Amino acid sequence: MSQMSMEKPWQRWLIRFGVFVAMVILTVPGLWVVLTAFRPNIEVLARPAVWIPQQWTLDNFARLFGQSDAQQGLPVAQYFINSLVISLTSTVIAVVIGMAGGYAFARYRFRGKATLFLAFMLSRTVPGVALSLPLFIIWARLGIIDTSFGLIVVYLAVNIPFTIWLTDGFFRQIPVDLSEAAQIDGCTAWQAFWKIEFPLARSGLASAAIFAFLTSWNEYALASQLTRTTASKTMPVGLMDFTAQFTVDWTGMSAMAVLIIIPALVLTFIVQKHLIAGLTFGGVK
Amino acid sequence: MTTTTEPLSRPGFMEGVAAFFRSPRAVPYLLLLPAMIVILAVVLVPLLVSFWTSFTSYNLTKPATLFNFVGLRNYQRLLGNEDFWWAFGRTFMFVTITLNLEMLLGLGLALLINKITWGQRTLRTIMMFPMMFSPILVGFQFKYIFNDSIGLVNNALFDLGLISQPIPWLVDGTLANFSIIFAEIWMSTSIFAILLLAGLMALPKDPIEAAKVDGCNPLQVFQHITLPFLMPFIYIAMTIRSLDVARAYDMVRIMTNGGPAGRTELIWTLMTRTGYQNSQMGMANAMGYISILLSIAFTVFFFRKLTAARSFMGGAQ
Repeated sequence: MSQMSMEKPWQRWLIRFGVFVAMVILTVPGLWVVLTAFRPNIEVLARPAVWIPQQWTLDNFARLFGQSDAQQGLPVAQYFINSLVISLTSTVIAVVIGMAGGYAFARYRFRGKATLFLAFMLSRTVPGVALSLPLFIIWARLGIIDTSFGLIVVYLAVNIPFTIWLTDGFFRQIPVDLSEAAQIDGCTAWQAFWKIEFPLARSGLASAAIFAFLTSWNEYALASQLTRTTASKTMPVGLMDFTAQFTVDWTGMSAMAVLIIIPALVLTFIVQKHLIAGLTFGGVK
Repeated sequence: MTTTTEPLSRPGFMEGVAAFFRSPRAVPYLLLLPAMIVILAVVLVPLLVSFWTSFTSYNLTKPATLFNFVGLRNYQRLLGNEDFWWAFGRTFMFVTITLNLEMLLGLGLALLINKITWGQRTLRTIMMFPMMFSPILVGFQFKYIFNDSIGLVNNALFDLGLISQPIPWLVDGTLANFSIIFAEIWMSTSIFAILLLAGLMALPKDPIEAAKVDGCNPLQVFQHITLPFLMPFIYIAMTIRSLDVARAYDMVRIMTNGGPAGRTELIWTLMTRTGYQNSQMGMANAMGYISILLSIAFTVFFFRKLTAARSFMGGAQ
């Protein structure tokens, strides 16, 4: 309150102007892609530039699913299903495994605890693109290259350390007394966990799950090397189908971009409250 | 004697292990076991394989070369290779420039939004917009926007009469580097802004009021109270960001793929080109190891700063 009254009107307008410019830069590129997804190709290539769409079309999306006779459709529906299956499966398993690990770090003292925690976090720093080289060699020998299973296992390793980090923070926020009291009242440790601590940590677990899902959904570096065909190719890898050496199908790619963004958009809005809390307190406290 | 004690001691050992796993001491280890197995199988073992491979002349087209030990030859060749040093130096500069600019711009944005009382929640939601984008989408988006003939930027400059010839954003070496840095900053500034805004909101009001009563000007308040308080938040953001600096690979892959003529080549794009396109897996893995060390160095650097800032905060409270 007192901060506000100290500013002169011109200062207040300057602040508003600065924020406005920043928001324009942050939103316009994305909106431009979304707009392109609903325009015919001629309009995109037109000179001079057509700023306001003259005709709206869903043809770009129809093309993705092979519903248009203008061009043979790409197997985007299959990519979408692959992405969904791989992301959901790896998320569910990663959250269960990560939660167990996070609980161990939050509630128990044991030998090698600090080292183990550091090892998990360090495993996360290995760049996916560097890890893809040996994984490519091993997965090829094991015969699980270009399978959903192969990619799911890889995404487990990508998501578990971060899930451990988040859930460790969430469990530490719940007082130990609660579960101890329940155990004195006759609950087993297992019951105390399910009836007391799990419900309290549920919102934290939900955001950990959404983080894991988004990471898998958006991942490219590993997927681009470990998948080959429609058997396991995901949406981000499929996006590259549209680029030939000298030509790029701008409207088709934009339509596919919209398909990739929609699930991410919905999920991020759902967790946005937890997202900030989850990121900050784990580190500060 | 020894032959009779050996078989006896084995079951004893196994019983010891079994007893340990039934004791309460084993609970944390059992809880962590699945996580350890996954990391072992997908990170640790591959890292060992890649370490071995980096000492061989392994070529994807000749599987037998996986066991052709060549000592430090790959590393020696890399260290004597000009292209590698350019890619390494460019990656280092790229990460340093983008992390610092993202931090400064994020701090600026957080301070501005903190001053706005009406509609702050909406602004924060808009700021999350770039965070939902897959890096590959960010790359595609800016490939489109910086396209010289149909891109948004050139179209706008053209229609405003500022240019008569299209600017070759992704075709000229210097401009292409500018474009990928711009894209990276667009993608990640929000993370800093959102975390620092959370820090500003948690900022205790009393010390600021006291400082103002004592006659501090706004700059002094910022320098001596706001900034020290924000430091842990800055380092958290830096640590989180340094964890996935290699995300830039996806973006550069689609925007320029290292071009024009290797002018935007980062260590990550050079690595995949060497490994998958030229099939020189041994060499690529040597490069991979160097990139891993680079990533770990950045993370450890910021994590230590974070621990220091945190203990400083703990001491002050």
